[in-house]
Amino acid sequence: MHEQVYQSLMTPGPIPNAISEPFWSAARRNELALQRCEQCSQWFFYPRAHCPHCWSERISWHKASGQGVIKTFSVIHRPSHPAWLPAAPYVLALIELAEGPTMLSQLTGDRVVGAKIGQSVSLRCVPVGDFILPFFEPI
Amino acid sequence: MKARCFGAIVGIGELKPVRRTQGATTLGFIGEAVRMAVADAGLDKDSIDGLLVGPQVGETPQHVPATVAEYLGIRPSMANVVDLGGASGAGMVWRATAAIAMGMCDAVVCVLANVREADPPRSPNRNPIREFDVPFGASGANVSYALSMRRHMAEFGSTPEQFARIAVLARRNAQLNPNAIFYGQPATIEDVLGSAIIASPLHMLEIVMPVAGGAALVVVSSERARSLKHPPVHLLGAGEKITHRAISQAPSLTSGPLKAAIQKALAHAGVKVTDMSLLSLYDCYTIMVGLTLEDAGLCEAGRFGHWMNDHSFDHEGDFPLNTHGGQLGCGQADLAGGMTHIVEAVLQLRHEAGQRQIPNAQMALVTGNGATISEATALVLGADA
Repeated sequence: MHEQVYQSLMTPGPIPNAISEPFWSAARRNELALQRCEQCSQWFFYPRAHCPHCWSERISWHKASGQGVIKTFSVIHRPSHPAWLPAAPYVLALIELAEGPTMLSQLTGDRVVGAKIGQSVSLRCVPVGDFILPFFEPI
Repeated sequence: MKARCFGAIVGIGELKPVRRTQGATTLGFIGEAVRMAVADAGLDKDSIDGLLVGPQVGETPQHVPATVAEYLGIRPSMANVVDLGGASGAGMVWRATAAIAMGMCDAVVCVLANVREADPPRSPNRNPIREFDVPFGASGANVSYALSMRRHMAEFGSTPEQFARIAVLARRNAQLNPNAIFYGQPATIEDVLGSAIIASPLHMLEIVMPVAGGAALVVVSSERARSLKHPPVHLLGAGEKITHRAISQAPSLTSGPLKAAIQKALAHAGVKVTDMSLLSLYDCYTIMVGLTLEDAGLCEAGRFGHWMNDHSFDHEGDFPLNTHGGQLGCGQADLAGGMTHIVEAVLQLRHEAGQRQIPNAQMALVTGNGATISEATALVLGADA
């Protein structure tokens, strides 16, 4: 992974709303923030105003462990969005977070090549263009 | 046939797919497909009083039915958008029969079409996919199917050769369909595995070729259908299921909502999957066919490759599968790609499929699949008893 390439990308960044903003501000602190329902105690991703499990509005933000495992991955050789071409090939993965939910992210770090399903990963936030995105590093 | 008939497809119209268009409009393609389908039904323009259309990214974001009705010069008594991605065509068929049964209308035209001009508009989404997938480099459908395929290979030991064979069979069947984009271009396992990896483990030839095209259907009640020009093709059962939008939210990466939709459609019709003369299965990617064969109960989970070794899939095979070549052989005209599976089923059940006619075709399973293995509709269609 080439830091300068990623910092110079002109890719479409997140457009946070009032509900999702804590997720993105956590990423700027190199943290992963997740919501948990106060009613049914379940974690969920992505950010919502209602718990998808029980529809409660009693939801709170928490700093998550940032740990997870690779559920599946794909090496993207030809991105569908042209702005990602300078970064290709890159590796997208579904990360099953220790708290339960699954999120899509990119793998980063020295051990991306050879990454395997079931491998443990740890949060590592990375500058992409003008944004900081929560990527994960195989450990 | 004892099954109840919920309505019938009495007219079909399909544009020959092309790689690119210049100066064409979606409305123009819609008009042509509708004109063909209504003529095929032997009806006239003024007898169409129901209209089901698809979303039109970048062209008509809202008021699509009114825009299309106005363009066609019709004044329908029922109109709506069916927005289920590749399942939209199949989703339209049962909705049309439901609207007719309700007495809202008598003859529904279902239509999907798209052009491929230079610089197509990108949709200005503001939703979770745009916020939590796109910024990570996960635009487009390839990523989700690649992620599912990798998981299938890891869980079940399915192999690149097993997936490649699906593309090879599609190309082979396309050699009997002069309208297919790959007519005259068969492919071998080596061709598929030698094509570029787009998003591992997906090779280029395992991914549908985007084309311009369109298709329309005319649906009426089964009773009325029997007085029209062609032998009716009846809707005997339907099932639908929507489980998620983003692949990260999928309940499973190796089994999709078609499992529930197919079970429901078969139970609805009171038939078994092995009763089908034709499997007309949505095939945007090779992995989608593998998953659907397993979800349909034709083989155990993870075993599609082994099962396929024991069967044959052309029009004279024991399991005729996508006899028109599927979308992997015909090309995918965006949402209209799903329509090709319905049009082929109608041709087979009317016994009008020419050189690729399945002998004594009686019933077909049609599947539609949208988004990231998210939106599923299954139909059981039957020839007139």
